[in-house]
Amino acid sequence: MPLSLLNIRRHDGYTRVEFVEKNILDEGNLHQIEQEIRTAIETEASPRVLICFKNVEHMSSAALGTLLALKDSIEKKSGELRLSNIDRRIYEMFVITKLNRLFSIHDSVEQAASSFTKK
Amino acid sequence: MNAPHEIPHEIARIERAFHCLRPGLEELQDEFASALLRFGFDEAATFAIRLAIEEAVVNAFRHGNKSDETKRVHFRSCISADRIDIDVTDEGAGFNPNAVPDPTREENLEIPSGRGVMLMKAYMTEVEYLAPGNHLRMSYVRPNSH
Repeated sequence: MPLSLLNIRRHDGYTRVEFVEKNILDEGNLHQIEQEIRTAIETEASPRVLICFKNVEHMSSAALGTLLALKDSIEKKSGELRLSNIDRRIYEMFVITKLNRLFSIHDSVEQAASSFTKK
Repeated sequence: MNAPHEIPHEIARIERAFHCLRPGLEELQDEFASALLRFGFDEAATFAIRLAIEEAVVNAFRHGNKSDETKRVHFRSCISADRIDIDVTDEGAGFNPNAVPDPTREENLEIPSGRGVMLMKAYMTEVEYLAPGNHLRMSYVRPNSH
């Protein structure tokens, strides 16, 4: 089994994901990342997922596609996805592609965590 | 970053012809990043060019060569103090970049693919596909060097 590309921790009410690698580019890695997150939340009825981009320096359009696929499957289960700590250059990619309008993006983990809908 | 007087006056050429994507692309990116540093390009330029090379070479492998490892992707580049020129050619039939739907249209926002060409155009100074559409030529001109 390949080494995990993510640190996944269960917090009070949500699952927090951080990347091990500073570059999120390769489609093989992206497939593994998607599967690791799906596995972590598969038993949850309405998953709340916070993906923290701390330490991520480079991303590709394929990574944006993976995030969109995850968002879609989380929301199909009436869950919520939050993104945080995105480097300003990477955030520019979201703005250029207008995906900043689709994702809930926050400056810090704390802000992202507090933005989940109160149950 | 190098002081302006330390920027090399010569031209650096980096060329590759590769059958498989990894780890060749990472090695190319590392060599390119070292060259950009030597020529005094800043972090913004380095980010832009790394992204454009990633998108161009991945597209050439996946969409151009259809991941057929008997075919090659040819990468040629020329780095100078004020500009970078890059050519990426695959051995596929070519495609019409104008046929790629605009990923920023409301109805396309949630489609997971189709953003690579747009990002290259956003980050590079010039991007064009030469006939029959399997040859991408792009350049980055250092700001204020026109």
